Amino acid sequence: MNLSQAILEALESLSSNKMRSGLTVLGIVIGVAAVIAMLAVGTGAQDSITGSISGIGTNLLFVFRGGGRMGGGTEVRNPKPLTLQDAAAIADPFAAPSVELVAPVLQDSLIVSAAGQTTTTNVSGVTPDYFPLRNYTLTEGDVITEEHLLGRASVAVIGPETADTLFGRRDGLIGEQITIEGQPFRIIGVLTAKGGGMFGSEDNQVLIPYSTAQTRLIQRRTRDQVDMLLVQVVDSESVPSAVEEVSAILRTRHRTEIGADDFTVFSQQDFLSTAATITSVLTIFLGGIAAISLLVGGIGIMNIMLVSVTERTKEIGLRKALGARKRDILTQFLTESSLLSLFGGIIGIAFGWLIAFIVEKVAIASGTPFYPRIGLDAILLATIFSAAVGLFFGIYPANRAANLEPVEALRYE
Amino acid sequence: MNQDWVVVADDLVKTYKMGEVEVNALQGASVKIARGEVVSIMGPSGSGKSTMMNILGCLDRPTSGEYMLDGEVVANMTDDQLASVRNRKVGFVFQSFNLLSRQTALFNVELPLRYAGQVENRRQRAADALKAVGLEDRMTHRPTELSGGQQQRVAIARAIVNEPAIIMADEPTGNLDSKVGKEIMQLLLNLNKERGATLIIVTHDPVIAAQTQRIIKLRDGMVEDENMQNGGVQ
Repeated sequence: MNLSQAILEALESLSSNKMRSGLTVLGIVIGVAAVIAMLAVGTGAQDSITGSISGIGTNLLFVFRGGGRMGGGTEVRNPKPLTLQDAAAIADPFAAPSVELVAPVLQDSLIVSAAGQTTTTNVSGVTPDYFPLRNYTLTEGDVITEEHLLGRASVAVIGPETADTLFGRRDGLIGEQITIEGQPFRIIGVLTAKGGGMFGSEDNQVLIPYSTAQTRLIQRRTRDQVDMLLVQVVDSESVPSAVEEVSAILRTRHRTEIGADDFTVFSQQDFLSTAATITSVLTIFLGGIAAISLLVGGIGIMNIMLVSVTERTKEIGLRKALGARKRDILTQFLTESSLLSLFGGIIGIAFGWLIAFIVEKVAIASGTPFYPRIGLDAILLATIFSAAVGLFFGIYPANRAANLEPVEALRYE
Repeated sequence: MNQDWVVVADDLVKTYKMGEVEVNALQGASVKIARGEVVSIMGPSGSGKSTMMNILGCLDRPTSGEYMLDGEVVANMTDDQLASVRNRKVGFVFQSFNLLSRQTALFNVELPLRYAGQVENRRQRAADALKAVGLEDRMTHRPTELSGGQQQRVAIARAIVNEPAIIMADEPTGNLDSKVGKEIMQLLLNLNKERGATLIIVTHDPVIAAQTQRIIKLRDGMVEDENMQNGGVQ
């Protein structure tokens, strides 16, 4: 018997018991749909996280106080704070040729109010370099300048979400008054919207001159202490050397022991690779759980095929009496089980697509744009896996059928 | 006498193991059947009748002894080789018809040709076989839409479609009333007359056996008696 005949016969046989075939297929549908949807959501999460990390700015280093790089190192006691002098030393082009810009940041969560509205938001004291460094652009007004720094001016650049909260609009805000912790500030600029990021929305923040923050709003234990240094590297190839240069300068300045840095230098690539590791573990985890349901579906197929073999023992005996070889019977039952799982696979892919689509709609509706991505690899994987499940779980019942003794089988009632 | 033997079985022994006990279903039975002969095999239950039929029909192998079917030594063949011999040389007619109930009469008759790998003329040959049993107007009916006699006719068409060396009929009229049974028996005898098909009928029924040329009586796994009648050849 050739394959097309075998498929036709298998189709007839499956359609003669639609309810049972349908329920068996359902097991595979759920498994494949789960695999497709989970992989899509996982890949989508990976995309959105990598996207938001890239959105922070390119070739950035983050320098924090406190030892122990992420993922290792020892905690150092009494770490020295990072200071403005550290920032100036790193900015020295001879000591650190790979460094292009350095921006010290003071940051705190403060109460901001205007026009009767009050909110708590991130307030950062920044220098003019902060804007190019973070790729910030303005929809209107001007950025913070050296004059503002020198004059400790009471001016602020606000994010569009903060503008929404306080004023209910994003334009025509230049010259408006806001108060931060009771102190009046004049708005000089509004940031362009960037969308949500993994460290909270960058659209909801207030930027003020560094010197103003230092003297009037965010007081630290020592005068020149900064919360974080942002360092821009000249190009992406120089990131590793920049990390070394910054570390060397800070080691000298803080007189740390070897191997006991009291600061942490973290690059954007580190963030990216950490995030990639986390999300791919997440994707594998989700996919693995989904694969288990596919396995359960496969066992369902085996179960049904075993029932079918028992039920059709007499038919198998007859076919053998008429000259069917082992191979013929094997083909017949393997075709049936493979068709079951193939149908399940196809419907499951469509169904998984639907789930991913719904997840996307729900995510957009709830304000977190998130795009599940169904890759060709996921579809191939699910198809191959489901066909393999059908074959694998079909082999045992089919073998059982093929090895029936014709005399015994014919006698079976 | 130079006879054209289609079945030559010599000293057949078949032993089944039922747990610890060994049961000898056949204990040295020898049978010869000539081409074109009509033979019935009779015997009380437990006489080895079914075992004899299974071995002659190549469904089973003897424990010892020689069996040559239409010039092929089949006693020591593998399962797949036996399947091929059954396909080419044996046509089965069962008491309970054993048709595939979901398929049409035509498909049922085509089945042996499918397993033979026959593609050309398959439909035509199946249709011819159905015509030979008088069912040319029932080809696309399913077994559930046919009477018992008609179902047995489909089964007979299936048995002759490959033009086998022998037709093994196991109580072919057992599930039919006597009138229809007579018709079926007549059909088988006509096929023998017209096509020269060798017919081996396993039966309890002396009336059926009386219509054959020779009765092989089995008792306790041995051939007890061979009655010549109706112009038998031996």
